[in-house]
Amino acid sequence: MQQIVNFLFKNSNKLLFLLLLGISLVLTIQSHSYHRSEVVTSANFISGGVYEKIHNVKEYLNLKTQNEQLAKENAILKKLLYNAKDSTAIVVRDSLKGYRGMNTIISKVIKNSYNVKENYLTLNSGTKAGIKPDMGVVNALGIVGIVEHTSANYATVISVLNVKSQINAKIKKSNHFGTLRWDGKSTGFVQLIDVPRLANVRKGDTIVTGNESVTFPPNVGIGVIDKIYTDKETNYFTLNVRLFNDMTNLGHVYVIENYEKKEIEELEAKTVIENE
Amino acid sequence: MNSTVLLNIARFILLLAAQVLIFNEIDFWGYVNPYPYILFILLFPVNGNKSALLAASFFLGIIMDMFCDSGGVHATACVVLAYVRPTFFKFSFGVSYEYQTVRINDKLTPERFSFLLISVFTHHIILFLLEIFKITFILDILLRTLLSSVFTLILCIVVIYIFKPSTKR
Repeated sequence: MQQIVNFLFKNSNKLLFLLLLGISLVLTIQSHSYHRSEVVTSANFISGGVYEKIHNVKEYLNLKTQNEQLAKENAILKKLLYNAKDSTAIVVRDSLKGYRGMNTIISKVIKNSYNVKENYLTLNSGTKAGIKPDMGVVNALGIVGIVEHTSANYATVISVLNVKSQINAKIKKSNHFGTLRWDGKSTGFVQLIDVPRLANVRKGDTIVTGNESVTFPPNVGIGVIDKIYTDKETNYFTLNVRLFNDMTNLGHVYVIENYEKKEIEELEAKTVIENE
Repeated sequence: MNSTVLLNIARFILLLAAQVLIFNEIDFWGYVNPYPYILFILLFPVNGNKSALLAASFFLGIIMDMFCDSGGVHATACVVLAYVRPTFFKFSFGVSYEYQTVRINDKLTPERFSFLLISVFTHHIILFLLEIFKITFILDILLRTLLSSVFTLILCIVVIYIFKPSTKR
């Protein structure tokens, strides 16, 4: 016994080394095996916390690129979403071009206005990027406006916060539609007018873009109903809609191009002329 | 608690922080990282408690592993380095190193340089051997060891020069 203790005491250094070496080698080998070690990972409290702090700093430095990447990704996703297959509609595939319904063009608001009655935004891409008048402008949260004029590198947009703007919109759950206007009072609210009295509307219902619109894809979010009242003159509902978008803080936006817009409009124009 | 212990604790924390926050982010050419945190082991007092050094090196390595998600690679390399450190002292400074006042953090002499070089190289070759863990990548391991060793060596010397104690005892 005495000898064992002596031995341990004499070689304590060597034994400690072997013990620690053993532990670390086991951990190393574990880390190389299929089932990774759960003991030593950076997902724990200390290192995870430190990495989160580092990431916060790096994220800030990298914010510009990240934003741009996300916006690009969103543009692709929106393109997919708006071109989602409708099982009831028959899509004729052009063998040369393929079917293209909607396209999204990424852009950025470089001038925003919300404090006058007729508010216009300016985007930093124009005809060179493929933007044409009357295209819809949305962002991740909801609609923003409609393109008014374009130059080579810039485009102006009628904001939804413009008393001149008129956008077709509907109540998401019931498909009753109306026209979206702005009364020029508050930047957070727009009005949906001419909603039939038959419509069963309730406070908190979601308002989205309508199917009638050729500018916007259907079902893009606009806002939720905040207040309901009846217009004395027309006997239609007027809904006060709280916008999803904070119109005072706009960054990346997507301009939506509807490839079928021209065709639809020509057809409608022809129909009107024939019936007159 | 005397000042040497406090100094070493501070060194432990500061070197670890510098390694994780700065040197791990360098990724020179995509894969060359310096590891100057091993300065803690190299600068540990020559006549200090060997068991304490072993334990401290192990923890230094295991914390590095936590941050690098590398299992026990750094821990192994650090423990081995801490264990063979006396041998390297003997190699560089002669057999009677314990009776001289050997100080690493001082002016660069051939002895000190050879000690740093051999220590850094040993640590790195163990580190990369275990990290890559495939003998077919032996050339890759050697290349990384070589490049990282040079990088670490330069940084170690720079760090030693920057934090050199101003007053000579």
